[in-house]
Amino acid sequence: MQDVCRYDRGPIRLPYEPVHAVSAPDTPTLIAALSRVLPADCLITDSGLLRAYECDGLMLIREQPLAVALPTTEQQVIEVLRTCHALGVPVVPRGAGTGLSGGATPHRQGVVLSTARLNRIVSVDRLAQQAVVQPGVRNLAVSEAAAPHGLYYAPDPSSQIACSIGGNVAENSGGVHCLKYGLTVHNVLRVRMVSMTGEVMEIGSAAPDSPGYDLLAVTVGSEGLLGVVTEVTVKLVPRPRVARCVLAAFGDVRSAGQAVADIIAAGIIPAGLEMMDQGATVAVEDFVHAGYPLDAAAILLCEADGTEEEVQDEIARMRALLDAAGATEVRVSNDEAERLRFWAGRKAAFPAAGRMSPDYYCMDGTIPRRKLADMLEAMNAMSVKYGLRCLNVFHAGDGNLHPLILFDSNDPDSLHRAEAFGVEILELSIALGGTITGEHGVGLEKIDQMCMQFAADELDLFHRVKAAFDPAGLLNPGKAVPTLHRCAEMGRMHVHHGQLPHPDLPRF
Amino acid sequence: MTTPLISALREQVLDAAAQGRALRPHGSGSKDFLGLHLAGSPLDMRGAQGVIAYEPSELYLTAHAGTRLADIEALLACNGQMLAFEPPHFGAHATLGGALASGLSGPRRIASGSLRDFVLGVTVMDGQGRVLRFGGQVMKNVAGFDVSRLIAGSFGTLCLILDVTLKVLPRPLAQQTHVLALDETAALQRMREWGAQPLPVSATCWHDGLLSVRLSGARPALEAAARLIGGEVLGDAAADAFWQDVREHRHAFFAGAAPLWRIALPPLAPHLPLDGDRLIEWNGMQRWLRSDADADALRHVVSAMGGHSTLFRGGRPFDRELDVFEPLAPEVMAVHRRLKLAFDPSGVFSPGRLYADL
Repeated sequence: MQDVCRYDRGPIRLPYEPVHAVSAPDTPTLIAALSRVLPADCLITDSGLLRAYECDGLMLIREQPLAVALPTTEQQVIEVLRTCHALGVPVVPRGAGTGLSGGATPHRQGVVLSTARLNRIVSVDRLAQQAVVQPGVRNLAVSEAAAPHGLYYAPDPSSQIACSIGGNVAENSGGVHCLKYGLTVHNVLRVRMVSMTGEVMEIGSAAPDSPGYDLLAVTVGSEGLLGVVTEVTVKLVPRPRVARCVLAAFGDVRSAGQAVADIIAAGIIPAGLEMMDQGATVAVEDFVHAGYPLDAAAILLCEADGTEEEVQDEIARMRALLDAAGATEVRVSNDEAERLRFWAGRKAAFPAAGRMSPDYYCMDGTIPRRKLADMLEAMNAMSVKYGLRCLNVFHAGDGNLHPLILFDSNDPDSLHRAEAFGVEILELSIALGGTITGEHGVGLEKIDQMCMQFAADELDLFHRVKAAFDPAGLLNPGKAVPTLHRCAEMGRMHVHHGQLPHPDLPRF
Repeated sequence: MTTPLISALREQVLDAAAQGRALRPHGSGSKDFLGLHLAGSPLDMRGAQGVIAYEPSELYLTAHAGTRLADIEALLACNGQMLAFEPPHFGAHATLGGALASGLSGPRRIASGSLRDFVLGVTVMDGQGRVLRFGGQVMKNVAGFDVSRLIAGSFGTLCLILDVTLKVLPRPLAQQTHVLALDETAALQRMREWGAQPLPVSATCWHDGLLSVRLSGARPALEAAARLIGGEVLGDAAADAFWQDVREHRHAFFAGAAPLWRIALPPLAPHLPLDGDRLIEWNGMQRWLRSDADADALRHVVSAMGGHSTLFRGGRPFDRELDVFEPLAPEVMAVHRRLKLAFDPSGVFSPGRLYADL
């Protein structure tokens, strides 16, 4: 995914400031110090080569770091961190660079520490159902290595071909199967993590739990603010014998939303439960020819997995519920090829958006499932208000929205409207009792909305937690948790208990 | 929680902080036996009880910390749902707050996950008397550090737990328990082989030559798995009673007088070379040992196998002065101390419950 950063459309910088303002380090001193601990081919300082690292998947924000370190051993990670700590230089950890929230956006006075070359699968154990991998191992590579044992690694973010386990740990990545199989936090058992001062900590273990506080819970999803992970033990699960997918079409989004609630209320936890609106189905159909019904206002994809008997039973129950909820058409995949075709369209949503528009902006709010239809209708109104098209794909089973706002970054007004559209979606997510990010992280992208979701005291506690791991505040500063000063300056208000500041104003 | 109640709690916390006193938040006291020291003035957290929000189709439940676990489970059962981690109550009046603070999980943990896996959100009061809310009621939420799960198993040492939101799950359509006569080594081997296959095993327990295996799921899936598992099928009432007894430590094994150790081990750990009666759960990953073995020697054996041990019940007084929980590596302990200060700068909450200097 790094090559997308090289796509030349000129740098666009959203206004943000690094919070821990550091005095500009003496660059030659820094580079000389890093050269002492890293081989020449593990250190990038050339301005042209640094450009490949100036952004992650959030291409709207670009910065050039002073240097990029590409350690190949844990000892090198320790030395890089110690060196930067001694010089007071910020460090931005980076995985595969596929993150969508700017978590790996470089610090202009800092070093990017890439874990890409720590890419060894240390062990895969069938009976223990565990694998030990280095952070640079790609998500899909873990499942591929486990496949001969009939096992796989369950979290499957849509970037799984490229994204790495280290990045998944940083972001607590999800995927289409997390309703049934959990997020990264449910599937990572242990990490080995190096602190900013170069100390190695074992967090979690191969045993089912560990003594003391659950440091693993705060480490997963910490967006590179607490430490640099050098090894990860993941849980592997037996690959289900059978998986089958139901495709249901609905004449209106409300019935589709109701069907989602009905399935869950009936005691079914599908392996996947996705919704796409008409804009999205039309866009992908043009692209991958998945055979989606184009006249439907919304479609649902419901997957059952398990033994042949379980799947038959679950498909029959889901089918009855979908019919009762008013589905205009219900198709069940007859074979693996058809199941994959059903999913091909869903998985092509992002590239399809990329084909339709010079740029798209992917949002990530999560709302209670029962509010799905309200949210869709509100976003349709916002689409008209901002004059921008929006394709809607949802992890409907867990209420996680991925609206894709189509815009053109060469047109400053279009970019501005896209950002305002995105902010309104996030604010409505909070007001509906949800959250600004379900799986992509806060990074830089949603840092101002953190001021709305959390009160000042809560943000203060986050800073205290950060300081417990990184007292110097040098790891990925300015990301994930806004300073109280920034929130005050933005004039953002915390939406307490789901109440908007002016509840009487129409928002739909 | 009502404003007067919050104010009263805040006043107690701030007074204790100002006077350098300690407080010990508690529910029914059902888990008071667990931990190193019970220090500080008792602070009853049962002032607020009851379910705040429950949406069966949203798979979550929010309740005040003082709510009885039994009441929550009864409400869920009415809607065909459950707390899938099967928290041990250890008393009829065990509370939700106590379940979160102790972080304990029961037999279904191997299939569904542990208590911390089901925590979606909390409201707490920190050592500065501030009411803080983390997480929420949705399944996916990565805004900010996952503080809610950090509270799980913190034994009241970080903050007061005011309310808790947990993910709930549908009850299985059917369950069936099989009993096989196997020695310990054969039982360990069998459980692991089952675990690596897509079988609906939801609990395992070996004791005294008998391996009990619970299957949960759709009836056809159970029938297919039953053929592979074999053994004698236990009647439904007897099976329910058996698993309830294992979960609540009412099984005959737990009646002994010797100190009770809980030992958590990696999946492939072999037979424990320690004297004493044992009961094995979680496919061999949770082992209960009744043993007078020297604590240091026991810890040494267990940590060499990659596990950790807790002196769960009993123990001689001088053992109690040792750590009840496995000692932490110095760099990890340093983070614990700083986290404790982050939440509780004056050291008000339950000092010494987890570790002597925390």
